[in-house]
Amino acid sequence: MSSSTTGWVRPKIEQNWLTRLLDWKPFLIILCLLPAVGLLAVFLTYPLGLGIWLAFTDTTIGRSGRWVGLENFEFMIEDPIFWNAVFFSVFYTGVATIGKFALGLWLALLLNNHLPFKSLLRAIILLPWIVPTVLTAVAFWWIYNPQFSVISWMLIELGLRDTNVDFINTAWPARWSLIAANIWRGIPFVAISLLAGLQTISPSLYEAALLDGSTAWQRFRYITFPMLLPILAIVMTFSIIFTFTDFQLVYAITRGGPVNSTHLLATLAFQRGIPAGQLGEGAAIAVSMIPFLVFATLFSYFALARRKWQQGESND
Amino acid sequence: MANIITRRSILGAGVGMAALAAGGEALAQNRVRGDASVAAPRLPIENGATLRILRPVRFVAPDEEVFRANAARFTQQTGVQVRVDFVGWEDINQQTAVTANTGAGPDCIIGFGDSPHIYADKLIELSDIAEYLGKKFGGWMFGGEKLGKRHGTNNWIGLPMGGTSGPLIWRKSAVNEVGFQSPPNDLTSFLELCRRLRRINKPAGFALGNAIGDGNGFANWLMWSHGASIIDESGAVSVNSPQTLAALNYLRELYPTFVDGGTIAWGDISNNQAYAANTCWLTQNGVSLYFALKNDPATRAIADDSEHSVMPLGQANSWPNAPLILNAMVFRHSRFPNAAKAFVAFMMEVEQYEPWLNANLGYWAHPLNAYRAASVWTSDPKVTIFRDGMNSQFWNGYKGPISEASGQANAEYVLVQMFASVAAGQATPDAAMREAERRSRRIFRRA
Repeated sequence: MSSSTTGWVRPKIEQNWLTRLLDWKPFLIILCLLPAVGLLAVFLTYPLGLGIWLAFTDTTIGRSGRWVGLENFEFMIEDPIFWNAVFFSVFYTGVATIGKFALGLWLALLLNNHLPFKSLLRAIILLPWIVPTVLTAVAFWWIYNPQFSVISWMLIELGLRDTNVDFINTAWPARWSLIAANIWRGIPFVAISLLAGLQTISPSLYEAALLDGSTAWQRFRYITFPMLLPILAIVMTFSIIFTFTDFQLVYAITRGGPVNSTHLLATLAFQRGIPAGQLGEGAAIAVSMIPFLVFATLFSYFALARRKWQQGESND
Repeated sequence: MANIITRRSILGAGVGMAALAAGGEALAQNRVRGDASVAAPRLPIENGATLRILRPVRFVAPDEEVFRANAARFTQQTGVQVRVDFVGWEDINQQTAVTANTGAGPDCIIGFGDSPHIYADKLIELSDIAEYLGKKFGGWMFGGEKLGKRHGTNNWIGLPMGGTSGPLIWRKSAVNEVGFQSPPNDLTSFLELCRRLRRINKPAGFALGNAIGDGNGFANWLMWSHGASIIDESGAVSVNSPQTLAALNYLRELYPTFVDGGTIAWGDISNNQAYAANTCWLTQNGVSLYFALKNDPATRAIADDSEHSVMPLGQANSWPNAPLILNAMVFRHSRFPNAAKAFVAFMMEVEQYEPWLNANLGYWAHPLNAYRAASVWTSDPKVTIFRDGMNSQFWNGYKGPISEASGQANAEYVLVQMFASVAAGQATPDAAMREAERRSRRIFRRA
């Protein structure tokens, strides 16, 4: 008994299997990753995978489909309505993006100056973007109404025209009208994002340039623009994706009409998939948007985001 | 069915209530007599039966109230608990599809016309109650029989409960002003009427945009009044025909007489707006437009000046119009098929059906001949025309069998767009027709 102090050994705690399992690193890694992987699988991979799977079947609403291979895509390639939607999606995205960035950048530069009521003005600028798209669409639907357009009414009252303006009754006017509505709606997002970018540019750069006797254009070209490029790339990526996948404006204003001339791929996919019930065909059209979006993203990333820190390296 | 949604939204619930009060005395007594000697089929109700019913939402508030009261009476008399769910018009087809495919859900769905034909294999036959009701109430009208029976057989798979049509609605003053008593039935004179209306700046207008109800209704009229059809009796695509070409050429003459600004961008609500604003003086619509005008003091004068008549027949022998039909179906997966059948038959009996028909003010028209005596049809002379809606000899996808594809052709606006592209000058009649043929071949390839 007396030698108990020297003979003391640390009591060996028998670790149970759970503790041992939890101490095992590979298991722990899997366990910690599981929630994230689960969320991604359920909410991202499964719907995307299902969409792609559906594109290769002849599923309709009311009948589970059979595998038909590329049949949907073969039909699509011969379908002038599909090619028209491809054309208009690209055209709509291209023109609307250029419009939004030209006007948005201009607006951001104006707002970056010292103006009275600056914060109030900035808040007002955001309005078109805050309003729900459907509301915007309904407003434009009235503005473009073939009989009750306020613009037609004004022009006729002023004696400038005798007949209503054709906004959405024929193909090209309808296309331009939708692009105008999209630009109107998209400007605030671009303007506010670029304004945030502008404010991160150090004033000392401008001071130095001023001392060197630079012109306003030179300051824009050699300081503002390059410094803004990183944020421009990101905003443009988002803008292109939003515009290319636009649905609400077109569906609410023209429903793809007149005679399918303003269908975007998103509205055509919906039209075929849900009201017409051809889930397989609709999914095939939706899947065909993926290459365009990947291209747009890669373009923004590689062509515009060339600074090293944007690609995970340090900035030298 | 967006047209009906918009009609309903224009009408508003309060108006429906007022109309119920007005028709109150009509509800008190039945004017329809059934043949009491016809024996009802024996349907022993299963022990402990309960029912779930799905149907589209109401046009007017009394529709739902009377329907629920009728269902409650069924519970009272049979002890079967009934739960009725009302779903939006745009959802009912999808819910029918899911119910049919999963084999779970409501015992009975009162869906739209085509559905029983699409899911025929998932349904139980309703021949016994359909034949009983037909015998008792003076026989089924054409639309009831066409939509109720499986194609080419005498087996009933659906039980039509009502239909709603879209006639011509026109301003009497304008039509009289240009020298017509009422719109003529032959197409040449109708064109002349529209030309004259255009000249006095009180033009006609028909939807040629992606308007599911009005656009398809107008396109179907153009086809059928020229003897054309999208498919033939066997279901083969027949849109490429001299008759279609004639219809396209006719529209080329007719379209320039339409309202300033054109109708190619028209949705289902556009003609209602234009008519209510004195911009358009002759168009095609369901009864909702008339009630909306009548119940609003600001437009009451327009309603008083308005008349309904059938669309010009042209080469058709009867009104070229496909009513939208409420079609009840009972699913195989129901554990209480007898109770479900008894419920459907019960709702069609005079004690239940007549008050319901009257409460609907003419929005729904009966499919059984005896109900033409119901008071709703004489309550307002301007709704009398809707009484014979279910006698229409036409249906969506005429002349072929009713299938999924005919619904798809409507949903994809194949005919509407064929006509619109010619009206807009975007395509020649020949090219437009060939494009419609190409699309139809794809859509009807499995039918």
